[in-house]
Amino acid sequence: MAFSPTQRVAFRSGIAVGIAVATYGFSFGALSVASGLDIWQTCVLSLVLFSGGSQFAVVGVVASGGLAAGWTAIASSAFLGLRNGIYSIRMAPIVGTSWWRRPIAAQLTIDESTAVALNQSEVSAQRVGFWTTGIAVFIGWNLTTFAGALVGNVLGDVNGLGLDAVAAAAFLGLLWPRLRQLQAGVVAAVAAVLATILIPMTPPGVPVLAGAVVALIVGLTNWLHRDEVTS
Amino acid sequence: MTMWTIVLIASALSFATKFTGYLVPARLLEHPTATRVANLLTVAMLAALVAVQSLAVGSAIEVDARIPAVMVAAVLFAIRAPFIVAVIAAGAVAALLRLLGWAG
Repeated sequence: MAFSPTQRVAFRSGIAVGIAVATYGFSFGALSVASGLDIWQTCVLSLVLFSGGSQFAVVGVVASGGLAAGWTAIASSAFLGLRNGIYSIRMAPIVGTSWWRRPIAAQLTIDESTAVALNQSEVSAQRVGFWTTGIAVFIGWNLTTFAGALVGNVLGDVNGLGLDAVAAAAFLGLLWPRLRQLQAGVVAAVAAVLATILIPMTPPGVPVLAGAVVALIVGLTNWLHRDEVTS
Repeated sequence: MTMWTIVLIASALSFATKFTGYLVPARLLEHPTATRVANLLTVAMLAALVAVQSLAVGSAIEVDARIPAVMVAAVLFAIRAPFIVAVIAAGAVAALLRLLGWAG
């Protein structure tokens, strides 16, 4: 298969993104086994759930609330993953309607594959960008998840010393690039304050779900929206 | 609820969300509200998770080694350090403070 120059650019960025994202997988794997999941449960999350933020959410909520917080872990993960459904709508014309390609594309529809695809101007390059990034991230993320889970398992209790801080820092790292707009920054601040207030008043998991209410109110009213100014 | 139930339900919902997007008409995107709400949901949940992971111990608030650790991570993210570097630094700061007995 010969690539055009624009397709080659898309291919290269897909591989580069795949390599960069693989390093997150290692921290996820280590964190997951230290939170009480076994190696296989950890690997199923990366293979089947395959959406970084949602995976960290499942593990984070279970780590603090235990199995009793199961439904809040599931709900947090599902809310965090709703954006993937929006990405799918956007990727549908690029992927096409083939009956076997759509379910595979669905599994690979995440932040990174969508971003690289939308970064290309021609449809043929968007297609290469989507598939290359999706496949590269899938392979890298799953390999490093497995490696991280193995290492975390060996480290055992030593790992527990700084682990809670690792989880907090991981969420901060996933949040950081999304804070460029005022509206997003305010939603983040209000959701964080609300969650903190609710910690002593509600069962574990609920403070996180309360963030969804903040997002819904601001999102539906489009409060604090500023028109994009092109300077 | 067992751990496997949590893992499998969360995984099934993730795939269902992604696959549904390929079945619904693209018209949905013409209304920007859906996109905006989905993006803000992500931001709000992640911010709430940062707060809870930094402060909560069960249903209590405890200020401990996690706060300086997260502040170190924030500085590293601000200067565009790679994800893994900031995350490991946070873990190391918390572990070190606890080993030295300076923080709980």
